[in-house]
Amino acid sequence: MDTPLKRTPLFEAHVAAGARIVPFGGWEMPVQYSGIVEEHRTVRADVGLFDVSHMGEFEVSGPQALAALQSLTTNDVAALEIGQVQYSLLCLPDGGIVDDLTLYRLDRERFMLTVNAANIDKDWTWVTEQSRALRGAVWRNVSAETALIAVQGPKAEALVGRLTKSNVTSIGYYRFASGRVAGAETIISRTGYTGEDGFELYLPAGDAPRVWRALLDNGMGDRVKPIGLGARDTLRLEMRYALYGNDIDETTNAVEAGLGWVVKTAKGPFIGRDAIEKVRVAGARRKLVGIEMADRAAARHGYPVVKDGGALGVVTSGSYGPSVDKSIALAYVETAHAAIGTELGVEIRGLARPACVVKTPFHPSRVKK
Amino acid sequence: MANVPADLKYTKEHEWAKREGDRVRVGITHFAQEQLGDVVFVELPKAGHKVTSHKTFGVVESVKAVSDLYAPISGEVVEVNGALTKTPELVNRDPYGQGWMLIVKPASGGDWDQLLTAQQYEQFLAEGAH
Repeated sequence: MDTPLKRTPLFEAHVAAGARIVPFGGWEMPVQYSGIVEEHRTVRADVGLFDVSHMGEFEVSGPQALAALQSLTTNDVAALEIGQVQYSLLCLPDGGIVDDLTLYRLDRERFMLTVNAANIDKDWTWVTEQSRALRGAVWRNVSAETALIAVQGPKAEALVGRLTKSNVTSIGYYRFASGRVAGAETIISRTGYTGEDGFELYLPAGDAPRVWRALLDNGMGDRVKPIGLGARDTLRLEMRYALYGNDIDETTNAVEAGLGWVVKTAKGPFIGRDAIEKVRVAGARRKLVGIEMADRAAARHGYPVVKDGGALGVVTSGSYGPSVDKSIALAYVETAHAAIGTELGVEIRGLARPACVVKTPFHPSRVKK
Repeated sequence: MANVPADLKYTKEHEWAKREGDRVRVGITHFAQEQLGDVVFVELPKAGHKVTSHKTFGVVESVKAVSDLYAPISGEVVEVNGALTKTPELVNRDPYGQGWMLIVKPASGGDWDQLLTAQQYEQFLAEGAH
């Protein structure tokens, strides 16, 4: 089955900038512009722009919007203030993860969910079917009309601040404000996927090319650069941020993934609660851990984790980490071998190469707390 | 424009070979390193190891991909570029110079003539047959 690949409103800008375009989750996306390592360093040292317009946005509103979200997601939505963002999960009844998402409280009875690009259709079906009984919750899929530009790096605040009258300094971590950025009506959200300070800007798709251009032009003095999905992956890996489809999916649960902190079983019933509670009580059979390789060979998705000739786990993400200058990975390993400092091996091209379970994040986070 | 030095020979797998007296120096082409992106690891055989033309002799890894390296000629490895262990990015920075990989003592001169000339390799790249 061949469905045509989708393009974001910034596709032409990426091509014009000489980006290498690859298929990703049903989209044609820039994987790199100047080079993954250089782009990675730009975000850590200065500021980078990411087109993440492929991600999905759903709005849910009405007197029962809160009830719908409490039943669908694992985190406690009642604790979310207007202007605040929450990381959360959609789970199956057996605890498997349908998707991870960020949840925005736009108003008392109005919320926005940001979901992974490859899961938009699946999530849409899931949330609307599972909350069908709640007449007072109205869903709107606004993915196509919404562009998303992430501005990340130590100079992000200065750059975005120059293009808006909103006081961006006053927006706290996992908070947002509505305002105009380069003239476009924008949700300015202090969130990201890099471990650096920065913003994610939600704006009308039609305004995206102009705002992108304005950010590039106004950021020249900050050495701003467009950043591809390649560096997005190495940046998030160094932070141990989970990537759906790699580290978490419908066969993994929140506890073993280290995401128990977004599962609030005390808030009342929600889909997956009993199954997750069971894992919590019994203890996870395996855990997602950070691994550092002794040499620079990359431990990649699917490679076996071994010890004394036997398999005890599997790598879910792995790459050279430019800021740590080491080959690093995330892997599920049997709980008995998950302690920091455990020596094990990763089988790469038939050979077990030495590795060690290490503390995460691999690189210190510099998000604004 | 493709960077394809005229004095080298090439494979369709994007390795280059350069005759230096009775030895042959081997690396990957500018095109290959550009396709790979940032090289972060190079796995090479030890000196004394035999390599066979068209067979893999090692692996090059970039942030995104793993690629096999194919020997342009058969022979014995007499020297390996040890600098690539610590600074694999030399493959990107200087693929035809400091980014070289092996020096091979050819088993016979036979397979040298089967390698592509610079002109043939450029033609091959232009056809997009990669």
